[in-house]
Amino acid sequence: MTDDRKNLSCAAFQAQLPELIGSGENVASHPHFQSCELCRALLADLETIAEAARQLFPIVEPPDELWEQIESAIKNEDGRTDSGPTGQD
Amino acid sequence: MAPQVPDSPPAPIASAVSSHSVEADALTRAQAGDHQAFAQLYSLHKRRIYSLCLRMVGNIAAAEDLTQEAFLQLHRKIATFRGDSAFSTWLHRLAVNVVLMHLRRKGLQVISLDEAMEPAAEERPGRNFGAPDLTLAGTIDRLALQRAIDNLPAGYRIIFVLHDIEGYEHNEIASMLDCSIGNSKSQLHKARLKLRDALRGFPRKEERR
Ligand SMILES: [Zn+2]
Repeated sequence: MTDDRKNLSCAAFQAQLPELIGSGENVASHPHFQSCELCRALLADLETIAEAARQLFPIVEPPDELWEQIESAIKNEDGRTDSGPTGQD
Repeated sequence: MAPQVPDSPPAPIASAVSSHSVEADALTRAQAGDHQAFAQLYSLHKRRIYSLCLRMVGNIAAAEDLTQEAFLQLHRKIATFRGDSAFSTWLHRLAVNVVLMHLRRKGLQVISLDEAMEPAAEERPGRNFGAPDLTLAGTIDRLALQRAIDNLPAGYRIIFVLHDIEGYEHNEIASMLDCSIGNSKSQLHKARLKLRDALRGFPRKEERR
């Protein structure tokens, strides 16, 4: 069994990866991964992408005016249903 | 005016113990119709919801509209929240649906959440990917990555944004998207693979245009 797993082609290993990862298996301990520099480089790339995304796209603050718009939209809706005070109009 | 509420750190929800009780209190009052409490909930969650929308649509004006729509829907539905999941999870689920509706209206990759989560039949990540000296380390720039994210199919994009940008765990994403944890993990892997292809400049053959 272990030998079969080690002798996988890169294509076969990579085709199995989504399932392996989905099943929660530790990919780093897979015999093919341990013996294959190309596949290790592939997964390192994917980690690099995740890391880049974290750094390049921090959580951002919406503009303050957005709350004012939401608030007046809420008032409009409330006004439509119970004809309460509707702000400016 | 946005009410001033102590900043909740953009950290995984589970770690923010004190903001939990602030949130629980505001939630109860907002459910009873307290407008100030609703404003407080907005302050607690606006960053993550806005960022989610922004990364999903890649455009500030649309992200503002979608954030507004998400909070309007929250306002309409807040009394129906029963606490079966964390409030933040529930709110994100609502926001994700708002974003998907928007993408559908725009005619981009018409999908339901179910379809978005369906493992795509085309997935064959078996192509030879070249020499290891072509790794991406240190070469990813913001614009290229944003463009690559914009071009991801919506289902992959959601998982990638929620996990790699917003920092949610797979179990949280699974309950936001109503999928299995395994599905969330394997879809994230496929999303990153597609991004890698895009960043290296070779589109997958099944890609249109
Ligand atoms: Zn290999």
